[in-house]
Amino acid sequence: MVLPVLLVLYLAVAEGVVALLPKTRQAAVRPWVWVGPAVVLVLLFLVVPGLNTLYLSFMNADSTRFVAGANYAHAVTDPDFLMAIRNSLVWLVALPVLAVALGLAMAVLTDRVPYGAVARSMLFLPVAISAVAGGVIWGFMYDYRPPGAAQTGTLNALVTSFGADPQSWLVSSFTNNGALIVATVWMTAGFCMVILGAALRGIPDELLEAARVDGANEMHIFARITLPLVAPTITVVATTMVIVALKVFDIVYVMTNGNFGTEVVATIMFKELFSARDYGQASAIAVMLMAMIVPIMAWNLRSFRREEAIR
Amino acid sequence: MRAATPLAALNPVKRGAALRFTNRIPLHLTIAVILIAWATPTVGLLVSSFRPASEVATNGWWTAFTPPLTFTIENYAQVVTRRGLGASMMNSLLITVPATILTVGVAAYAAYAFAWMKFHGRDWLFLGIIALLVVPLQITLVPVLRMLNGLGLTGTFVGIWLVHLGYGLPFAIFLLRSFFAGLPREMLDAAAIDGASPFMTFFRIILPTSVPALASLAIFEFVFNWNDLLSALVFLGGSRDVAPMTVAVSNLVASRGEGWQLLTAAAFLSMIVPLVVFFAMQRQFTRGIVAGSVKG
Repeated sequence: MVLPVLLVLYLAVAEGVVALLPKTRQAAVRPWVWVGPAVVLVLLFLVVPGLNTLYLSFMNADSTRFVAGANYAHAVTDPDFLMAIRNSLVWLVALPVLAVALGLAMAVLTDRVPYGAVARSMLFLPVAISAVAGGVIWGFMYDYRPPGAAQTGTLNALVTSFGADPQSWLVSSFTNNGALIVATVWMTAGFCMVILGAALRGIPDELLEAARVDGANEMHIFARITLPLVAPTITVVATTMVIVALKVFDIVYVMTNGNFGTEVVATIMFKELFSARDYGQASAIAVMLMAMIVPIMAWNLRSFRREEAIR
Repeated sequence: MRAATPLAALNPVKRGAALRFTNRIPLHLTIAVILIAWATPTVGLLVSSFRPASEVATNGWWTAFTPPLTFTIENYAQVVTRRGLGASMMNSLLITVPATILTVGVAAYAAYAFAWMKFHGRDWLFLGIIALLVVPLQITLVPVLRMLNGLGLTGTFVGIWLVHLGYGLPFAIFLLRSFFAGLPREMLDAAAIDGASPFMTFFRIILPTSVPALASLAIFEFVFNWNDLLSALVFLGGSRDVAPMTVAVSNLVASRGEGWQLLTAAAFLSMIVPLVVFFAMQRQFTRGIVAGSVKG
């Protein structure tokens, strides 16, 4: 209750001070009263720490000595880090492809049935669940008991009912990264579906009707009309998924803690930070993660400016 | 109950609909398969959380519905009292609600200025906000941790509020600014002609007309902050007194040796609040997500 009062009080006091200024100065000062708190907080929590991390990445573990590129050199020769990079690349490709493809399929299919709204809210539900709870949910799905014992994990019960041996999905290096990605697809496909669904509903019905009248079949309409029209939205959604993939942390932390060859960039960094207490190394990893995201940032900025120019 | 009507007896329109239904069986089947695949993990969790330990350890959750039915709320009683999940639920609320209020408030002020005031450097400043939308918070962890350590704010609710506020602002400002900028100019001009100050305009006109956008943002931030694990792990330290649900559940997972009946109960408990919010305000939640991502 105190916080809303404080928020209003700040503005009332600051506007009161502005009102005391000569009329000519008010217009120049007032905007900063409104954007000031946000700008200060963003500088304090994002911009300055980001630059500071860049600086720290050239320093030793406790930031007392300059070590030039040693942290970076160490990272790129460290087998764990290289494995994390490899895994992050797998995430980077697999997550957007699977989540967008499934999300698009969900949006297109549920759009054609009368119970679509109910179906969509069921498919969207996992988006509201934390990755921690999702990790428990899928840890249980992947649960492994030795052959012969009653399988309590849903997936192994399914596999053994077909006569195959139960798999230790999260331990086997053949399946564990895939298993983690599938769990993440389960949590994100609904997000893709909702956004792509909004784009699909934006396509004018007359366009589709005209094509049908001209004798085009549904497959043709989808490939030639629907897909090109939602392509920009697909790009946006896929980009969001790329960022999710690069930043992925919670689900790996909860389900495998990076063991058995499932380390990703964010979990490696967390370990450098809290287990090894090597701030230099952790910072260098963070900078490399940031570097991977810079192209997306630049693309975001470019398309925003283009859009503002149209407006 | 109505008797089944032979197809030929139906009028042409109804016959068409019935034929379409049979033609569309593959469509319905595909949707059914996806729905079952999507619901199964959550149903398995929910069912297991109500089963006794001995059952959960020896047979699958799907056998729970064959007699003898043995359901129990013992697992919930145990995680709430002995595993401290009740306290964590309170912590999650004490972290999430204030953080959300602060984010929406501070972002609304800034978004109003970005949308309706002219000032030097405005466009560059806003481009900076856009750039920050995708910054991974990993890049800030070490310095922010040191800053909060220096201020004695690590392990405190105030510290984590500020962290959520700082990290949440770019998205919140972006979302609200695009909504505010879409409000009709005449409405704001009329207010200015009537002599309303920006303060009055903001509280009397902007906020009341933007309730849908503010609600979407608030719900989005609430769920996002509730589900956060990384900032809580880093900035709240290992202390159990302030640990939110996500940290408590992940500690329970990490401690191994805990049976699935407790993990599933704990996980479901941590999901209840976001799920209630989700079902109660699904439209706003969805709208927030769509508005936020249809950018650039």
